Amino acid sequence: MKTAKTFQPSRRLILKAGAAGMLASAMPSFVGAQGAPIRIGFQLHRTGIGASYGRWYERTAQAALKLINEGGGINGRPVEILFEDDATDPKRGSEVVEKLTVQAGCDVVMGTLFSHVVIGSAPRAGELKVPYLVCSEGYHVASGMLNRWTMQPGITDVRSQISAMAPWVGANLGKKVTMIFPDFAFGHDHRDFFTKAMAAQGGEVIAQIAIPPTETSFTRYFPQIPADTEVLYHVMVGPAVLTFVKELGEFYGSGAKPQIFGFIDSLEAVDTATPGLEFLEGTHFWEGHNRVTPADAGEHEAAYRAAVGVDDMGASVSDAKDVSTYSHMFSTWETLFAIKAGMEAAGYTGPADRQKFVEAMEAMADLPYGMERPQGAKRFNGKTHQVFGTQNISQVQGGKLIRVHQTSMEDGAYEDAVDYTAMAF
Amino acid sequence: MTAARIWALHLALIAALFAAQYLLPPYHVTNLARIMVLAVFAMGYNLAFGYTGLLSLGHALFFAAGMYGGGLLSYHLGWTALPALIAGLAAGGMMAGAVGLLALRTTGVSFMIVTLMFAQAGYLTILYFGPTTGGDEGLNLPAAGRSLLGFSLSADGPRYLVALGLFSTALLCCLGIARSRLGRIMVAMRENEERSRMLGYNPFTVKLIALVLSGLFSGLAGAAYGVLFGYVGASFATIQYSILPMLYVLLGGAGTVIGPFLGALLMFYLIDFASGLTSAYLFFVGAALVTLVLFAPKGILGTIRERWLGWLP
Repeated sequence: MKTAKTFQPSRRLILKAGAAGMLASAMPSFVGAQGAPIRIGFQLHRTGIGASYGRWYERTAQAALKLINEGGGINGRPVEILFEDDATDPKRGSEVVEKLTVQAGCDVVMGTLFSHVVIGSAPRAGELKVPYLVCSEGYHVASGMLNRWTMQPGITDVRSQISAMAPWVGANLGKKVTMIFPDFAFGHDHRDFFTKAMAAQGGEVIAQIAIPPTETSFTRYFPQIPADTEVLYHVMVGPAVLTFVKELGEFYGSGAKPQIFGFIDSLEAVDTATPGLEFLEGTHFWEGHNRVTPADAGEHEAAYRAAVGVDDMGASVSDAKDVSTYSHMFSTWETLFAIKAGMEAAGYTGPADRQKFVEAMEAMADLPYGMERPQGAKRFNGKTHQVFGTQNISQVQGGKLIRVHQTSMEDGAYEDAVDYTAMAF
Repeated sequence: MTAARIWALHLALIAALFAAQYLLPPYHVTNLARIMVLAVFAMGYNLAFGYTGLLSLGHALFFAAGMYGGGLLSYHLGWTALPALIAGLAAGGMMAGAVGLLALRTTGVSFMIVTLMFAQAGYLTILYFGPTTGGDEGLNLPAAGRSLLGFSLSADGPRYLVALGLFSTALLCCLGIARSRLGRIMVAMRENEERSRMLGYNPFTVKLIALVLSGLFSGLAGAAYGVLFGYVGASFATIQYSILPMLYVLLGGAGTVIGPFLGALLMFYLIDFASGLTSAYLFFVGAALVTLVLFAPKGILGTIRERWLGWLP
């Protein structure tokens, strides 16, 4: 009969095992902190009225992410982006900010284009004290209506864009302008700022034609355009933009027409060579970033296009009919690089450093042209949380958008309306 | 005995929701606050549709009336949350009364179309007065407008308790109405309007009362959503926000007191979960509704009541 031996560890063995256990339990968290990725939440228009933008914003952000990670990430840590659809709806947008911040544990959240989603989401970002970096265009960040946690470092706002455009329009196209714009806040920004800017140039807006947002056919509005109109200024957004432009062409036919100046929003993600748009030949557009590679494009333009998968005509390299939202989508790229710069300046290590990150962003000023900013050099105003940059005017020539003018950064400057740095966090 | 069961069930739900703030992770606590406010909206819709048979496509108007009725007073006049909530409640009720006086002259499909038309007119009115209402962009409410008896509703704790307080009040009011003489008359209108008329009840008056009650609930929910989450916007007046309470009620069980909450809870998390998987998440919503129509046309609690718990109100 065997006698069972009981295991009786010595005191020394217990101490050794305890020490080893403590070391082992400490190691994974130490190693993990070194390699734990920085998580960036991205509130994306995957569905709803902004879906055509969302698709390209996601591709552009993925391309920038790849480049950032290939370059060593942020502060030596890898970066990952968590995309979540906001359905282009403010209620869902706010819920998405919550989900990305609280459930997914993102360090910062990026917001996307449509103003109502940004404005609806900003209060929750402020409550959660999470940096909310938006790629919108409305005059809402710099107007002071949001909070200290909301910033727009990747794209200029509509007030700046219009202020920069108006002098050129007045000097080159005409002084008597009729405006056609959507009858909601985005259109009202255009109406108010352009009317004021034209007056400053000695010009005059002689008619303002507001199109109700539910409208699907536009022909009945065109007879309201006064006969003495020298410049027709149009800006439309949403799924009906192509109908709008086509019906405008049918209205004028092959007869005489005024000079036409539009914001590319009316034709974003639409091929300018689409049948029915021939009348646009010779007309002008504002572009944030030129869809067709300009002859004098910067040295990083080709690399940026290759990275986001867009050809020299602004279409997907895999499908020439898939026209990108090229004029706007650089904003996600530049915002990601701004986040990288801000986090590195702040020595960001985790959510406890979110306030330091915002302060580091506020301390930014000159942002030079480079691969980080392929659209052009920028200047970030830390007080208003808004970036300023150059704008482009293109003319449709042979069915292509050819750049004919680039504004200076100063053309789009305006006085500060807010000092966010004086606000509490 | 039945009354005791009914009260126990509803009080247990309120107690469970009170406990949830201590037991659930923060993400779900805020979600529950949203869901409780949306459930108040759905309870209002249920009074009109589930109990009285008024299939409205215009309840977004009542929700928005409450949201703007309270929100604009906060934004422009600096009202605090309590008077803003009362103003929102009144705005929802008055809007429903005004719409009801005209729309209740119609029935069935015509009623749906007329209410839809009023809601669309309301949405466009908000856009038209953009300088005051913020138009499509909407407005962020100031901190003073989100203060209730000295507590900031931007903090998670007070926000949850206020949402729970409003939800509990609405739930018990709904239960009281459902078990009252008025509630039974409303159901009689739904089941057989002509017979009810023969019994001496005026269908127009009863339906108008039901619609105003529905508007009061909806308006309160709209005002609460504004002050609790700090944003007032025209998107809440779109057709989508007329369809949502209908989906909540259909899913949870039309004509049941707890059904709207259950529907709001399930639909919220269905969208939240599915949108993380695919951009075609509305497919899941559609599939859920088709399944419902095929296997449980009376909604979840409606089916449970029919098959097992006949005492459910």
